[in-house]
Amino acid sequence: MALADARTGSGEPPKVSLLYNPALRSIVYQVVTLVVIVAAIWYAWNNVVQNLARANMTAGFGFLNSRAGFDLAQSLIAYSSDSTYFRALQVGLLNTLVVAAAGIVTATIVGLLVGIGRLSHNWLIARLCTVYVEIFRNIPPLLVIFFWYLGVLALLPSIRSIFQHLEENPDAIFFISNRGIYMPAPVFGDGFGTVLIAFLIGVVAAVAFTVWANARQRATGQRPPVLWVNLGLVLLLPFLVFLVMGSPLTFDYAVPGSFNMRGGMVIGPEFLALYLALSLYTASFIAEIVRAGIRGVSKGQSEASYALGLRPGQATRLVVLPQALRIIIPPLTSQYLNLIKNSSLAVAVGYADLVAVGGTILNQSGKSIEIISIWMLIYVSISLITSLFMNWFNAKMALVER
Amino acid sequence: MAESITYVRDRFIDAEKPPASDSSVIAWLHRNLFASVTDSAMTIVAILAIVWYLPAAINWLFVSAVWTGADRTACLTTDQGGQLPAGWSGACWAYVNDRFVQFMFGSYPRGELWRPLLVVVMFVGLLIPFLMPKAPRKGLNALLLLIVFPIVSFFLLLGGTFGLRHVETSLWGGLMVTLIISFVGIVVSLPAGILLALGRRSQMPIMKTACIVFIELIRGVPLITVLFMASVLLPLFLEPGNNIDKFLRALIGVSIFASAYMAEVIRGGLQAIPKGQYEAADALGLNYFHKMTFVVLPQAIKLVIPGIVNTFIGMFKDTSLVTIISMYDLLGIVKASFGDSGWITPVTPLTGLIFAGFVFWIFCFGMSRYSAFVERRLDTSHTR
Amino acid sequence: MAKTIVTALVGAAVLGLGATAAQADTLSDVKAKGFVQCGVNGSNLAGFGAQDSSGNWAGLDVDLCKAVAAAVFGDATKVKFTPLSAKDRFPALQSGEIDLLARNTTWSVSRDSQLGFDFRAVNYYDGQGFMVKKELGVKSALELSGASVCVQSGTTTELNLADYFRSNNMDFKPVVFEAQDEADAAYNAGRCDAYTTDASGLYSIRLKMANADDHMVLPEIISKEPLGPAVRQNDSRWLDIVSWSHYAMVAAEEFGITTANVEEMKASANPDIKRFLGEEADSTIGADLGLPKDWAVQIIKAVGNYGESFERNVGEGSPLKIARGLNGLWTNGGLQYAPPVR
Repeated sequence: MALADARTGSGEPPKVSLLYNPALRSIVYQVVTLVVIVAAIWYAWNNVVQNLARANMTAGFGFLNSRAGFDLAQSLIAYSSDSTYFRALQVGLLNTLVVAAAGIVTATIVGLLVGIGRLSHNWLIARLCTVYVEIFRNIPPLLVIFFWYLGVLALLPSIRSIFQHLEENPDAIFFISNRGIYMPAPVFGDGFGTVLIAFLIGVVAAVAFTVWANARQRATGQRPPVLWVNLGLVLLLPFLVFLVMGSPLTFDYAVPGSFNMRGGMVIGPEFLALYLALSLYTASFIAEIVRAGIRGVSKGQSEASYALGLRPGQATRLVVLPQALRIIIPPLTSQYLNLIKNSSLAVAVGYADLVAVGGTILNQSGKSIEIISIWMLIYVSISLITSLFMNWFNAKMALVER
Repeated sequence: MAESITYVRDRFIDAEKPPASDSSVIAWLHRNLFASVTDSAMTIVAILAIVWYLPAAINWLFVSAVWTGADRTACLTTDQGGQLPAGWSGACWAYVNDRFVQFMFGSYPRGELWRPLLVVVMFVGLLIPFLMPKAPRKGLNALLLLIVFPIVSFFLLLGGTFGLRHVETSLWGGLMVTLIISFVGIVVSLPAGILLALGRRSQMPIMKTACIVFIELIRGVPLITVLFMASVLLPLFLEPGNNIDKFLRALIGVSIFASAYMAEVIRGGLQAIPKGQYEAADALGLNYFHKMTFVVLPQAIKLVIPGIVNTFIGMFKDTSLVTIISMYDLLGIVKASFGDSGWITPVTPLTGLIFAGFVFWIFCFGMSRYSAFVERRLDTSHTR
Repeated sequence: MAKTIVTALVGAAVLGLGATAAQADTLSDVKAKGFVQCGVNGSNLAGFGAQDSSGNWAGLDVDLCKAVAAAVFGDATKVKFTPLSAKDRFPALQSGEIDLLARNTTWSVSRDSQLGFDFRAVNYYDGQGFMVKKELGVKSALELSGASVCVQSGTTTELNLADYFRSNNMDFKPVVFEAQDEADAAYNAGRCDAYTTDASGLYSIRLKMANADDHMVLPEIISKEPLGPAVRQNDSRWLDIVSWSHYAMVAAEEFGITTANVEEMKASANPDIKRFLGEEADSTIGADLGLPKDWAVQIIKAVGNYGESFERNVGEGSPLKIARGLNGLWTNGGLQYAPPVR
């Protein structure tokens, strides 16, 4: 029995009360915890059932197949008010992913530049970067979104003045208004698929060439002109195919319609406000992470690489950054996750992300439990996938260590 | 003996001035601003940007700004129906001035404003000695700040007892709400976070699983969904006909969220404590409770104070999200005032947001400076 | 045991924050706590539910809340207001946070059945319209094809908008906002060409604009929006009281009873009026409703008859200056009609 565990040493077993048996206690604690959790869930569930019955509502996900009835402002896939709630949620999820992806890329670039800038020998640049970081880090992202949306983008020229501008400059193709940024939309003709295939082939060939070049460098010490060959493969090859296929690409220009510009491509101010705010806010944190990462690599490393004859740029790229990345990646991951989660602030400016669309559905159908479960499930999945990817990337980076 | 030996020097020659390229202003400029061509280019671009934008910003914020006025006409140009010359643009501080009390206290009855003000005085009076490392009687101070003060404030602000007028939470608003929500979040999340972190590191599988699921679930979703859950689902989870105050629901949401984050910070501290400390405590025969409270936690928490303060800063900023479940915190009330016909002007939103941003910034920057200060202090105590 | 613990924990936390356990019988519950908790518009909808700078509530919906309080307690001040957004209003009523929802809420069959509410009285007959800037030169909603339209999400408005444009083969760009004040600000900043909500709301929002005369409400009314108070389903006594509080105001207007003459009218020779005001010795109307005998007198004293309330809040006596139109008495060609008081 468990009591036997309490016996220590030889001779008479000390009299230990059951009350003080660690193993038993542990079991008791856990059973109590389990009972409390189960009881709480049972209690909540019971009440949900009662409350729903009282409000004459039913639970279940069947409503997802009902007609949505509302229109959405931004949609990457075909959607109309005749589509289902499920379709609306897909639109919302896609919009979330788009703004999160765009935000992550921009935030990383800006953060990297500012982070390095803060360590710059240039006094002015370092100060400016510090000011940037200290301002954006200490202001709520929601406020930054409103700042862009109401304080900046709303003050851009009105669509009427764009019409006027177009009358004076009929050749203009790119407009910035308080309804968004208008630009020509590419229209892909027949044969553009071939160009895409050529591009993919070029990319694959470039990767293969780089691998070969690396192997050759290791073997012979000579480095083939990787940059130029790769540029040729990735850009020139598709371009040649493009010309051969007879330039299968035209542009659809934005022209004045009755109230808005018609045609073309438009990036709405809702997306812009959210994207700019998320990028700039997160960039200030990434800058700090990058700075800490670079400072975490001992100075001797750069000195040693100078001694080996590397130029400063090479020293940073080949010696300092790979080591700094190991410090940077874990906190960077959590910043990416924060950015993804903060994209839910879209609801404040009416960008049709997952939370905004879900909120509308919640309102129209009253299915609060279902919608909130869907939200949680999707966000937890996105977070998990991002963490897994970054962990894999981290592990790959960690292999550099010897 | 010879008077002197020619090749032996008998006095020091005067020290030469350092080369001009090393110490003068020009040298400093050369080293810090114009070290290379790229450097010079960046410097020039930066200087141009500053010269271009800084005076414009100062002009907009202060010089052209309107400081006094009774309504929106003070901040409108003549063609918009106001008094200012056409083409004017500047901050409309008159609007912030007019709405200041509302931005601070929401719709809290004007005759009862002494109550929140008294709370502020108590808070500042207790917080300052608490933050000063040299101030004595930390234990008593903590007890007063973290336990007595919230209770007293609760009765003082809500009223309904001791002859005070009852003030519903729907009347609360502005900075007051921001501070209350973040303070409650802090006070709740610290102990809750410690318990969750201990649970996550415990040997008991059920306890551990429960804590991991809770922490990871909450950390995996945005605060908005947690707030929606607290505001929409909580009433459904409780007995039919319950009636939980909306404010309380927001407090529960924020506290749950903050606890999960705090748990991870504390766990970092717990993991950093060497195993020897645990073993030594065990060897001394301390039970789990004593081991944690007297040996492990004091060290672990001290290690992660910067992380804790950062979580506080994050939470302070996150309170602005309660706007989305239509509560009027500082940001919410500022935003709501944009629609007020008395002050609708093109510059109102920007002015209001800059004001709110400045208030948030002061608090967050203050906290981050304090965190840096504590970090330095703790650093020296280790390195000697 | 766990149940007790949870209850105790939540109970302790809730203490003092105005928590009460509502029974299915809202009237007893209201009487027990001593006030009516009324959900009203949280975004300062002038004329319906708006708070002035010193925190006093006024509006047509607010008057209805006061009328209910006056009927139940004989004291129109025994009412507390919960400002609600479009999103919060239904959960607030479902959960029992409020006793009565008077937040310009459209009575529709799905809300009546599916959401578990009961509607009966309609205190404002409304319809959805469009507001545009005059400078656009638009004279009809049918000219709005291709326009950006600001709309608040989670409302019937949003659904009607989509249906209207679809059925007229026009396209539009919705610009959707969670809160009304955000939609107001966006419309004002020129983010959209038209603003759509209930016509009454448009008049109220127009007032908030920097220059109200720059904006016009288009003539098309694209939907029926009977706005009325909602209560939880299966509580017919409470539904009776809320509905009859409104009908009493309408009946008072039909009888010509006003705040000013209600005392004189008690002595009226008309038996209908005497019965209505509880002056007949054997009058049991109040008691049957579960109210004091003089419930109607208290309502009229507190908020006046429907016509008075209308004029004061949204009609000629207010900045909104909305004509009676559909909301006139049935005798004047309107839809306001009180069932007979007998």
